[in-house]
Amino acid sequence: MNDVDKKAKVAQQFIEAIPHSRALEMQVDKISTGNAVLSLPYNERFVGDPESGVLHGGVVTALLDTAMGAAVVCHPQSMGGTATIDLRIDYMRPATKGQRLRAEANCYRVTRSVAFVRATAYDEGDEPVAAAAGAFTVEGAKP
Amino acid sequence: MKQPEPVQVIKKRRDAALSDLVGGIPYIGFLGVTFERRGDELTSTLPYGEHLVGNPILPALHGGAVGAFLEIAAQIELGWQTYWPQFEAGATGPKLIPKTIDFTVDYLRSGLPRDAYARAVVNRSGRRFASVHVEAWQDNRNKLFAQATGHFLMPQTEG
Repeated sequence: MNDVDKKAKVAQQFIEAIPHSRALEMQVDKISTGNAVLSLPYNERFVGDPESGVLHGGVVTALLDTAMGAAVVCHPQSMGGTATIDLRIDYMRPATKGQRLRAEANCYRVTRSVAFVRATAYDEGDEPVAAAAGAFTVEGAKP
Repeated sequence: MKQPEPVQVIKKRRDAALSDLVGGIPYIGFLGVTFERRGDELTSTLPYGEHLVGNPILPALHGGAVGAFLEIAAQIELGWQTYWPQFEAGATGPKLIPKTIDFTVDYLRSGLPRDAYARAVVNRSGRRFASVHVEAWQDNRNKLFAQATGHFLMPQTEG
């Protein structure tokens, strides 16, 4: 097992230990330094508009937030857990009914106390569903 | 002089309108969010559940669950304010839910493993766009644990 696979396995265990992520059936697709890709399956229980069958924005928020937190945790300058300070989400279009939702997060800057993260959500297509920018706490950073 | 409507009639109509607006949205049921009505004022409640936890060690509510709760509170408040004049006038029609354009959540304190409450205020509601602010607290109304502002696209009725 190479390093990336090991990290992904640890990240998957980390995500599975979070009850809310488990309830939404989140899965780790890819992990690298300061980057995380997470996804979740379409589920009728998570629908926000019964007429169109589109997932609720809150599901997109939860996936983006978790992917962004995972990106912080796997950044080399962050040693422990993290918590969201601020999160902004732009919804570009509804996620297509029946398709998986995927979030790609990048932790692009870490200071002693704050991690800055960007993320984009997609369904199975290439056009983004939503974009997010957030600030997260950094715990146990190297001085 | 016209007699005022009996109180039960008013209550029944408004409660039915509220459950109509909320009842069809599966994700609200999944999270467990409920709404309490005082006249036209709504308070949203997120009853604590293990499935909302984001940090099992502390434990603390998941930031995504908190964000989703605030978004639901804002969206339902806006839908409710929009829908109110319609059903009060006795009109029936599709209850279209406003679509979120953007939503910014400010996490002020970690969410404790207990119930959370939220109230939203529609700061501006135009023909196409609306801006809604929402505040959430747990034990103490004056100690918010999260707040958010969002912009919404108003549902367009045909014609």
